[in-house]
Amino acid sequence: MSVLIFAELDEGKIKKSSQEALFYGAKVAEQTGTSATAIIIGQADDSELASAGRFGVTKVLHASNAQLNEPNGMAYATVVAAAVQQEGSKVIVLAKSSLADAMTARLAGKLKAGLAANVVELPDLSNGFRVKSSIYTGKAFAYNDLKADIKILAIKKNTITPEETDSTASVDSFSPTLNDADFVISVKSSEKASGDVLLPEADLVVSAGRGLKGPENWGIVEDLAHALHAATACSKPVSDLDWRPHSEHVGQTGLKISPNLYIACGISGAIQHLAGVNSSKVIVVINKDSEAPFFKSADYGIVGDVFDVLPRLTKAVKAL
Amino acid sequence: MKILVCVTSVPDTTTKIAFTDNNTKLNKAGVTFITGPYDDYALARAVELKEKTGASITVINVGEADSEPVIRKCLAIGADDAIRVNAEPTDAYFVAEQIAAIAKENSYDLILMGRESIDYNGGQVHGIVGEMLGFPSISPVMQLDIDGDTAKITREIEGGKEQLEAKLPLVLGCQEPIAEWKIPNMRGIMTARTKPLKIVEPTGTDKLTTVANYELPAPRSAVKMIKADEAETLIQLLRTEAKVI
Ligand SMILES: Cc1cc2nc3c(=O)[nH]c(=O)nc-3n(C[C@H](O)[C@H](O)[C@H](O)COP(=O)(O)OP(=O)(O)OC[C@H]3O[C@@H](n4cnc5c(N)ncnc54)[C@H](O)[C@@H]3O)c2cc1C
Repeated sequence: MSVLIFAELDEGKIKKSSQEALFYGAKVAEQTGTSATAIIIGQADDSELASAGRFGVTKVLHASNAQLNEPNGMAYATVVAAAVQQEGSKVIVLAKSSLADAMTARLAGKLKAGLAANVVELPDLSNGFRVKSSIYTGKAFAYNDLKADIKILAIKKNTITPEETDSTASVDSFSPTLNDADFVISVKSSEKASGDVLLPEADLVVSAGRGLKGPENWGIVEDLAHALHAATACSKPVSDLDWRPHSEHVGQTGLKISPNLYIACGISGAIQHLAGVNSSKVIVVINKDSEAPFFKSADYGIVGDVFDVLPRLTKAVKAL
Repeated sequence: MKILVCVTSVPDTTTKIAFTDNNTKLNKAGVTFITGPYDDYALARAVELKEKTGASITVINVGEADSEPVIRKCLAIGADDAIRVNAEPTDAYFVAEQIAAIAKENSYDLILMGRESIDYNGGQVHGIVGEMLGFPSISPVMQLDIDGDTAKITREIEGGKEQLEAKLPLVLGCQEPIAEWKIPNMRGIMTARTKPLKIVEPTGTDKLTTVANYELPAPRSAVKMIKADEAETLIQLLRTEAKVI
């Protein structure tokens, strides 16, 4: 009957958002008087796997069939469904991500599960099973009653703060039967920015808009981002104009992020842009127009020219 | 080739969200409803494929009567016919079940929809439909070309993209820049009035999730302005006051 948490790896390490999911799942297990088990797919050291115990899970199921080395939502759903069956789990917890989204959908279909996406708080079990989730792209919250026998909770990043202990989890290898049908999509090639901080996982984000005038000026944005160990992001027109890759576009029709710090440079703050970033903990706006709507949603604002302000901020960060 | 495009009807992206009835219902007063922006991309690509290959396009919406203007707009943009499953679309599994039921009757080669709706942001319907039909599902799709029975796809991954190939039938969740958004022209609007729109009643499961009530986020506290010629102070404040760096 344990609560099952799908924890995702990035280059052999448990992703930060998955650490949040592990902690969340362990808390739900505590609430429901059961134990918490993690399912981890792909290559990782035993010590990394066992470290999931820091967040309160007691057991890790590790599936490391070579076929699973390439992330594949459909195959991962087959593995997690098998783990659900083995553990008799009624609650499945995971962190939202590109891979987890693809997997969750297939899993919900397999298990006929009630699903809440973008969950921001622990469930209220006083009267059924109620969870709070972010909807309308961060413009509101819903309290969802999950009525299905099996429930899937996809946690929104950076809304749960994990506490750590020095416990470790036991690690069992797990090799369910895989379906050939899950491997019919062939990956021909892939390109991935490496070395930089990945935007969906980033705690700090420096973002810029059309105010930067052209892609040749992004150096000042990147300099500040590097100094802060932050990821870079952009507004929609910037990615539409191909100044920056689409994977950096945040907003209503782009990525939704919730970092600790979002620094918006030369972005007007249109409602569609805000929608993707409004759950950032602290928002800084730098715009030369004192009437820019973004100042209404900011915690700190500077009315000034980005070409002057950004290099000075970078210098100040380096001096810390 | 037969394409099914699934569309949602959602509040216009500039809508300030508000609730009524003790925070149990969306306040629809003054709200314009539009096709989900991601669904618009799916439809636009379907129309391009139709122009190239002569495919047929059926639009499906799980929604109540008030989504018909959105459906008519899809017909005006180039869909051939439409189906509305007469139910409130609040639960991803339930919506997927309706789409899968229609798809089972009509054997489509391609089922396209947006990567997610901009109201509940679940991003789940395509995968659940794929699972129910036993079709592969891929999302978010940024490019799609069809060559015979093979789809060539570019999908966004975290920090990059991936080139994929798969055989039809497929279910795809779409996003930009898969196609240019299309605006209906006068002829399209005129012919849309006569195109068939079938209304069917829902089948299957009761909803697995329901919303008890809604809430708006707490307002942010007032902005603290820093003079441009003292910009460095910001970094100190982020460290000592906001404690984020
Ligand atoms: C359906 C739909 C969905 C959308 N989805 C998104 C989305 O997901 N994400 C998104 O971002 N947008 C989205 N948009 C677009 C959105 O409405 C705005 O057009 C967009 O966010 C504006 O981007 P921007 O602020 O970079 O550019 P602009 O509106 O051109 O603003 C540039 C800003 O830079 C400032 N500036 C100029 N020069 C300087 C300087 N030297 N120093 C300092 N400041 C300067 C200006 O004062 C201005 O405020 C969507 C629109 C629609 C219709």
